[in-house]
Amino acid sequence: MTLRLAGIDCFYGNVQVLRGISLEVAPGEVLCLLGRNGAGKTTLLKTMIGLIKPRAGCITLDGRELTRLPAYGFARLGIAYVPQGRRLFAELTVEENLTIGLMARGSGDEARERALALFPALRSRLTQISGTLSGGEQEMLAIARALCLEPKLLLLDEPTEGLMPSMIQAILAAVRELKSQGVAIVLVEQRVESALSVADRIAFLETGMLRAIVRPEAVHADPALVQHYVGVGPGRR
Amino acid sequence: MHTGTRRALLLHLAVLAGLFALQFVLPDYHHRNLARILVLASYAAGYNLLLGYTGLLSLGHAMLFAAGLYGAGLAVQLLGVNAASGFAIGVLSGLALAVAVGLVALRTSGVAFMIVTLMFSQAAFLTTLYFAAFTRGDEGFVLPEASRQYQIGSFFFDLSDPGTRYNFALLLFAACLMATFVLVRSPIGRVLVAIRENEQRTTMLGYHTFRYKLLALAASGAISGAAGAAYALLFSYVGSTFASIQYSILPLLWVLLGGVGTTLGPLIGTVLMFYLVDVISGYTSAYLLLVGVALVLLVLVFPKGILGTVRAKAAPWLP
Repeated sequence: MTLRLAGIDCFYGNVQVLRGISLEVAPGEVLCLLGRNGAGKTTLLKTMIGLIKPRAGCITLDGRELTRLPAYGFARLGIAYVPQGRRLFAELTVEENLTIGLMARGSGDEARERALALFPALRSRLTQISGTLSGGEQEMLAIARALCLEPKLLLLDEPTEGLMPSMIQAILAAVRELKSQGVAIVLVEQRVESALSVADRIAFLETGMLRAIVRPEAVHADPALVQHYVGVGPGRR
Repeated sequence: MHTGTRRALLLHLAVLAGLFALQFVLPDYHHRNLARILVLASYAAGYNLLLGYTGLLSLGHAMLFAAGLYGAGLAVQLLGVNAASGFAIGVLSGLALAVAVGLVALRTSGVAFMIVTLMFSQAAFLTTLYFAAFTRGDEGFVLPEASRQYQIGSFFFDLSDPGTRYNFALLLFAACLMATFVLVRSPIGRVLVAIRENEQRTTMLGYHTFRYKLLALAASGAISGAAGAAYALLFSYVGSTFASIQYSILPLLWVLLGGVGTTLGPLIGTVLMFYLVDVISGYTSAYLLLVGVALVLLVLVFPKGILGTVRAKAAPWLP
């Protein structure tokens, strides 16, 4: 399942935040979006899930036009989004959060089991109110809930933000595992080294424009790229 | 069955059994009051379904209560239908009005939703005054005694009889309470809570949230309509006061006081408010001032409403 964006322009009111973005994500590929704050990374993810409608350009999934489809339609086609800050249903239990994910696409218990196999720490927390989980567990649950949709394309917005190192490694291991299962992943990540360790391609965004798409090796070979577009050296972890 | 669910179910059944038993010990005055409270608590339960479990604050629910009240009252008065048919017409009136208003009002959210529902409700209130030839406006009308008598097979019911009235009010409340309990524990109920918690997130999971909100409003409208219809039939009076803004604010207060998003909270809030007004108005004509002070103090002690605070501190299994 290949998602393709062509010439996407997005606006907040009169302010243009995305300018002529064209890219595609193929099955089993991890595309990492890097850029400074305000570069348009989250807006691009929200456009990919249909929450923000582009003023120009089109979005297709295996050739099917999605541009004007409502947001719930994107999810039903197998595109799942894990927003920054997790956004769990804090008053529901872990189990109920997963159930809502399962019900959305009528997924069976196998989807739930696959999600829990990826994050076994959640198994002992099923009856716990999700708002009382630790930050890392909440991130795991947010991803697990998205996996209950049995996505073909997973959009992750800063999944390691504010987590301790062991949790970051667990999240990155899950990303690698999903990639090996053929899930396409678009990852927004501030930790450049983490991004480089899982990405197949890196897309640099600057003021709403896609400046370059390169392989991780190119970033290793030319650290100035990161310095220029993100404002930090590639050594940041 | 999950332990928390079993415990909650037992509590609900115990409350209903307690309410049934109370009719044998209460003096006449409180007996009549409690019958009225049970009907109003049913209305509050319908309101709570929308506010407490879906996160939609309506300022126009009086129109749904009034739809049931007038639906049943006018059908009995003008068309001469029997009490059971009148009740069914009342429920359908509440349901139909909720769906019609919802199709427009649910395109808005937050403060705009409050204002749109308030405007619809004011229009409904003015309609009851405008068609005074049928509704007798402010003055209202009393249902004829004969229309409140009903025969099913060999059973004869007289809704003006205190015992019959109490048990029908209890039956209505029990149906509303258990329907709410089952709904909020069901997968649909969990989606409604998800919408309350974060509608955008629920949309991103693939839910057409508009349909779920319309479903919640329709269920709330049917319950409010049922309460209105029961009020007309059990207490025999139909008047435009029940369509006024006061009856949109009251269920909000009852629910906030009892515990928003708790199934038993509406009953507790309604009982408390009813008796606060009843007792304090016996001492002073400035009773609303004192009721206001009492409410402020109660909210300070129970910031999430009485049952909401109890749930947060001691009983997380409460639905």
